[in-house]
Amino acid sequence: MKKYENQGSKDTRSGFGAGMTELGQKNENVVALCADLIGSLKFDDFKKNHPERFFQIGIAEANMIGIAAGFTVGGKIPFTGTFANFSTGRVYDQIRQSVAYSDKNVKICASHAGLTLGEDGATHQILEDIGLMKMLPGMTVINTCDYNQTKAATIALADHHGPAYLRFGRPVVPNFTPADEPFVIGKAIMLNEGTDVTIVATGHLVWEALIAAEALEAKGISAEVINIHTIKPLDDEAILKSVAKTGCVVTAEEHNILGGLGESVSRLLALNTPTPQEFVAVNDSFGESGTPEQLMEKYKLNNQAIVEAVERVIKRK
Amino acid sequence: MSDIQQLTNFTTQVRRDILRMVHAVNSGHPGGSLGCAEFFTVLYQHLMVRKPGFDMDGIGEDLFFLSNGHISPVFYSVLARSGYFPVSELATFRKLNSRLQGHPTTHEGLPGVRMASGSLGQGLSVAIGAAQAKKLNNDNHIVYALTGDGELQEGQNWEAIMYASAKKVDNLIATVDLNGQQIDGSTDEVLNMGSVKAKFEAFDWDVIEIKEGNNIEAIIAGMTEAKAKTGKGKPVCVLLHTEMGNGVDFMMHTHAWHGKAPSNEQLENALNQNPATLGDY
Repeated sequence: MKKYENQGSKDTRSGFGAGMTELGQKNENVVALCADLIGSLKFDDFKKNHPERFFQIGIAEANMIGIAAGFTVGGKIPFTGTFANFSTGRVYDQIRQSVAYSDKNVKICASHAGLTLGEDGATHQILEDIGLMKMLPGMTVINTCDYNQTKAATIALADHHGPAYLRFGRPVVPNFTPADEPFVIGKAIMLNEGTDVTIVATGHLVWEALIAAEALEAKGISAEVINIHTIKPLDDEAILKSVAKTGCVVTAEEHNILGGLGESVSRLLALNTPTPQEFVAVNDSFGESGTPEQLMEKYKLNNQAIVEAVERVIKRK
Repeated sequence: MSDIQQLTNFTTQVRRDILRMVHAVNSGHPGGSLGCAEFFTVLYQHLMVRKPGFDMDGIGEDLFFLSNGHISPVFYSVLARSGYFPVSELATFRKLNSRLQGHPTTHEGLPGVRMASGSLGQGLSVAIGAAQAKKLNNDNHIVYALTGDGELQEGQNWEAIMYASAKKVDNLIATVDLNGQQIDGSTDEVLNMGSVKAKFEAFDWDVIEIKEGNNIEAIIAGMTEAKAKTGKGKPVCVLLHTEMGNGVDFMMHTHAWHGKAPSNEQLENALNQNPATLGDY
């Protein structure tokens, strides 16, 4: 199978920070808003280079979302930054009314999503945010897999008009997508072509899917791996084309099984071509404290879990 | 005809619009709308610097954000009669396929509306963002906002109030409609807020009181004073003492008409107290 090199592990949030640094230089309408988490969101450079376009809101996320909506009225492109939990669940009604229903060009950028936030525990480990955001009409939902892709997605969002949710994470993970790969919102990326099973993965699970595909190859199973960075709008065509070939699918995400990528894929397949599917996702529970690796193992979100899901789904073909 | 007389006539017609709109669909919020008829009239017919036509960015003009979106009838009537959309469209209020939704929205493209409101407590934050955008754009115009008094029970307002003074958002005039009423009763009964004035002052805002919030001359004087206080490092708050249901005798001195439409007979009675001035829609 095609080999992907880890170019040096980095955190996806640093990709966001690098994207903001570049946007600050090339688009004077971009403004950044942060709720007391400058270091965590890697806003340091943007703040230093463009203090007049950086807004420290304080620990007041509802106010931050409203202010961001207001900035769009003057033609600005606001990027808000805080942890994923405080970016979504805490401010759902503000996003719903002032951003989504009002069709405001706000980019809600969310770090520390999912279990890999680690030791802070379930209060901070949101596993419901993709579902919350994808249910909002008109909202674009993106979950990036590595540093390079997060940087590219951040930059691409400034040229996309409309509300968007960009989800990334805290831990250092392999950086393997090409630095010059164009980021096209809504367009899936084929990572490895295969014939026996389709693995549709998003976020931190994309690298795990590649490792799983190697392990499956050793067992004589040919896995197609698709990197779905945009959960909404979903690249229906790429998924349908792949399952027409493989006849079964495993979805993998760092999210609750309810409301995530897996359910979006299920809906697509149910409407078009009912297909056996297995889910690698959190089984409707909260997380807990632990290291990212321990948590991903306990909640079965790693490459072994993907291999097991593939073996289950192939039997159902 | 004096300017004040013209504004009075405008206000009377707005009251007729409110009553007829709410009656036609047997739903909506007449009480707060009637209480703010003079304020909206002064805002759009006297005070605000407005460009012809409408664009969302509103660069080079004053902006207004309505946070307590349930008083949409007064907002729609004044917008229509200020030229943002045909007055005849008021007849579609709250009906299927209308741009005049129960609560204001940008979603249907109604000119004059820059944000959706209805879920309370969000408008002040949006107005602050728009005011800061004006500063970035070197646009020397003012952003106005209106919130209800009961609406101040929503915590987001206090995040916004704290932020606006800390960040010196001094191109913002936030008016509070102090009618003392909310759905379940008086604001004192439901959740006594104590002195709203003392609270805003404690958050380091410049506060102006308009004691007669249904008197056009008093509103002009108070809002002119408020405008003079902009640009001096502090956000400006106007406490507008209004009478819910003002202009219709049986709708005043009660919270009963917060969200209730008049019957046929009540409408006739109310309209007789507000004879047509500019022609009904």
